[in-house]
Amino acid sequence: MNDTYPRTSGSGPRRLVVVGHGMAGHRLVEALTARDTDGGWHVTVLGEEPRPAYDRVALSSCFDGADEEALRLPAHDAARVDVRTGDPVTVLDTARRAVVTASGSRLGYDALVLATGSRPFVPPLPGSDAPGCYVYRTLEDIDAIRAAAEGSATGCGVVVGGGLLGLEAANALRLLGLATQVVETAPHLMAVQLDEGGGALLGRMVEELGVAVRTGTATERVVTDPATGAVCGVELSDGTRVETDVVVFAAGVRPRDELARRAGLAVGERGGVVVDEACRSVTDPHVWAVGEVACVDGRTLGLVAPGYAMAETVADRLLGGGATFPGADTATRLKLLGVGVASFGDAHATTPGALEVVLNDPVAATYGKLVVSDDARTLLGGILVGDTSAYPLLRPLVGSALPADPATLLAPESAAGGGPAGAGIAALPDDAQICSCHAVTKGALTEAVTGQGCADVAALKTRTKAGTGCGSCVPALGRLLEAAGVEQSKALCEHFDHSRAELYEIVAARGITTFSRLIAEHGRGRGCDVCKPAVAAILASRDSGTHILDGERGGLQDTNDRHLANMQRNGTYSVVPRIPGGEITPDRLIVLGEVARDFGLYTKITGGQRIDLLGARLEQLPAVWKRLTDAGFESGHAYGKAVRTVKSCVGSTWCRYGVQDSVGLAVELELRYRGLRAPHKLKAGVSGCARECAEARSKDFGIIATEAGWNLYVGGNGGFTPRHAQLLASDLDHDTLVRTIDRFLMFYIRTADRLQRTAAWLEDLEGGLDHLRAVVLDDRLGICAELDAAMERHVADYRDEWRGVLEDPEKLARFTSFVNAPGTPDPAISFAVEREQPVPVLLPVPTPPAKER
Amino acid sequence: MSVTTHDTALWTPLCRLEALPVEQGRAALLPDGTAVALFRLRTGEVHALGNLDPFSGAPVICHGIVGDRDGVPVVTGPLGKETFALETGRCLDDPGVRLPVHRVRLTAGVIEVTPAGNTVETAAGRG
Repeated sequence: MNDTYPRTSGSGPRRLVVVGHGMAGHRLVEALTARDTDGGWHVTVLGEEPRPAYDRVALSSCFDGADEEALRLPAHDAARVDVRTGDPVTVLDTARRAVVTASGSRLGYDALVLATGSRPFVPPLPGSDAPGCYVYRTLEDIDAIRAAAEGSATGCGVVVGGGLLGLEAANALRLLGLATQVVETAPHLMAVQLDEGGGALLGRMVEELGVAVRTGTATERVVTDPATGAVCGVELSDGTRVETDVVVFAAGVRPRDELARRAGLAVGERGGVVVDEACRSVTDPHVWAVGEVACVDGRTLGLVAPGYAMAETVADRLLGGGATFPGADTATRLKLLGVGVASFGDAHATTPGALEVVLNDPVAATYGKLVVSDDARTLLGGILVGDTSAYPLLRPLVGSALPADPATLLAPESAAGGGPAGAGIAALPDDAQICSCHAVTKGALTEAVTGQGCADVAALKTRTKAGTGCGSCVPALGRLLEAAGVEQSKALCEHFDHSRAELYEIVAARGITTFSRLIAEHGRGRGCDVCKPAVAAILASRDSGTHILDGERGGLQDTNDRHLANMQRNGTYSVVPRIPGGEITPDRLIVLGEVARDFGLYTKITGGQRIDLLGARLEQLPAVWKRLTDAGFESGHAYGKAVRTVKSCVGSTWCRYGVQDSVGLAVELELRYRGLRAPHKLKAGVSGCARECAEARSKDFGIIATEAGWNLYVGGNGGFTPRHAQLLASDLDHDTLVRTIDRFLMFYIRTADRLQRTAAWLEDLEGGLDHLRAVVLDDRLGICAELDAAMERHVADYRDEWRGVLEDPEKLARFTSFVNAPGTPDPAISFAVEREQPVPVLLPVPTPPAKER
Repeated sequence: MSVTTHDTALWTPLCRLEALPVEQGRAALLPDGTAVALFRLRTGEVHALGNLDPFSGAPVICHGIVGDRDGVPVVTGPLGKETFALETGRCLDDPGVRLPVHRVRLTAGVIEVTPAGNTVETAAGRG
């Protein structure tokens, strides 16, 4: 029931004013408009920042190449939501139910939501307001810090505060090239989330990354240059003086509750608008508060997840629902400077009688602690540093009986993968949350499996949304299916019981070079359109020296590989000559035009920086290739599960912004990897600076130039489900970059499923990006030498496939229209002219298919 | 491929058996300007189906992948990946659709086919 907002018929929508457009305010508006299907509310958002809401949590990604665009949250429905940025509310008049903004606008409201967030707390030290002092909260702060770092005379930066935000800020300064120190008054880092043991390990790992950590140390004052008034150092409580001209304060936040205070609303002892379980002000029923400005049970919460939960609660209430804020889950799992940190439940063992079980392995650099009840039966909380893989299984267990001995649960292997304890997911209660991004419980997943017939991870994802957020629960989904007795068939098809990766290993171990031997020894039947091309690709990726049309291999190839060109809808082919990196001389460009003209081919410029010549009949292909070969071209792989193009921007050769020669690298990489057969197509890009004009992050492997070298991103794609590639390694020199790509590609080729692109492969890879790094950078599996050798073999053995056809009469015989009339054009193929170019005329489909396909 | 001796059908010679690769297809042109897709299996059989893909209208059946589904020899078309039984022409993914089937015989090493007829099922010996 919602008697506060009666809706009289005939009156227009009620007016909701949201003060503040941060993440909580944004979520509130999205939740409300999504469910307010009959337009009961008109929303006005009044924001202080000069831009609409963005992902503040991901602020630090600005130093990994993200920009404002990447951080921006989805725009609201403009018809129902009026977002006014850069116009903060200055007066809240609860008596008249109106607000006044800085620009003088006055707006009445039926309901008001305060979502003003927090301000960074800057301790009142001498000099803490001098030029050179910064905070870390907004995009403007980031820009200011970046500019300061670039102009830094000392080359040193100091972060005051060793909590979550302080460590993010420290990483930012580090990435900006400053020698960075973190000063923290508490005896260890992340004192809110971690205990001493965990904090100490984190401190050590952070120091290994080159960030100096001074814990148990207070900042006494900021020293300023008497001449300029700007920061020139800080003085610490131990008497040390650090020379620095960039100081970032990350010493906590304070709620922005000044409007509420002035309006006479109740605020908490330590600030924040006091709200009830509905997130409604206890003073004024027309006012609500969400996010960091709300004071629930006497405290404010500085995490985004509770803010979202509050936003959902208020949206439901405004629409007449009865939702209540479920209470703060302060469980956290994150990565700070590449170090995994997780903390959940009663991490500090404040429950009377609580016991702590600690596993501290300084050699493996992991720390784990479980807090259990005095009878050692119930899990109360825990802390993980280093390896946090047990977090998804441990966190839902809080409040439940322990399924196994606590020490066993802490061993990462058992929790992550049905190790000896075997406890894992089967032991979880039904209300345990498996996917925390979308709040999907084990019970809901079990119902999807047993009640709705979901038989694989993909079906579970579609049905429940679990695993579609951060993806960290994907392995758990697989284990849940196993636990439910759903057999996860890895069989490639009816002819092989093995997965693609297993077939790869069989082929490698037994030295098999033909499909017929493989199916005779390890499969059954004559094969099909699934296993034949998959095995053909495996054989080709292991043996680039054998032509893909040699002997029986020709009959294994799929549509395009079969004739080394792209089959079009009318059965003709397109030829896409290789133009590495998109770089082409005028003379060669003219050749392409001449070939297209002479063979009557439709011509189009592609998205991969190539030129597509379409409409060649099968029997014309050799002649087209001959012309190209004579002019120094080879045809190109615009087809096949193979490396396609390496796209590039103009790079430092011409571009005023470029910092590296992106074209040169793209040409080199395309020539290095051309012809490489893989489980799916592979696309690549190289950008010469962080502006990313080559769109490298939408590629399977993308390289972005930095001042110091190259950043390598992997696992991106466009297409049906676009994905941004993720940063695998930074600031690599040329040789390390190439070697890392070599290993990434070969590891993917060896282990991926059929038709699994790198993004999906990476998502399914146990251990994800960290594991990939461990494999290709640290040689965790000891296979790097094999991967390197495999790529060397490919590079050495690669031969122009199209020339290979021209030189072999047996292969040439495949390129004829009819076995009894080799040069006769197929009468079923004809063309019309559209916009001055030939286009296919499609025959009427002779037997109308029975149903839409 | 078993053919009765009192056969009165009109046979067109197309090519020698060796001109066809094993477990693959090739197109051949018929006197009426239509095309057949010829498939030579490793067991020695030769099948002839209409070359026009009924789902796309393109003459591409000969470029499909030869294999089997539950032991039935099939070809999977290269454009839409629909699968057809080599013996009956029937589409296994869409039972309402069927490719024309030509009878095939080998005369002195030369492959000969009939025009596609309505005796498809008989020709395939699977009445």
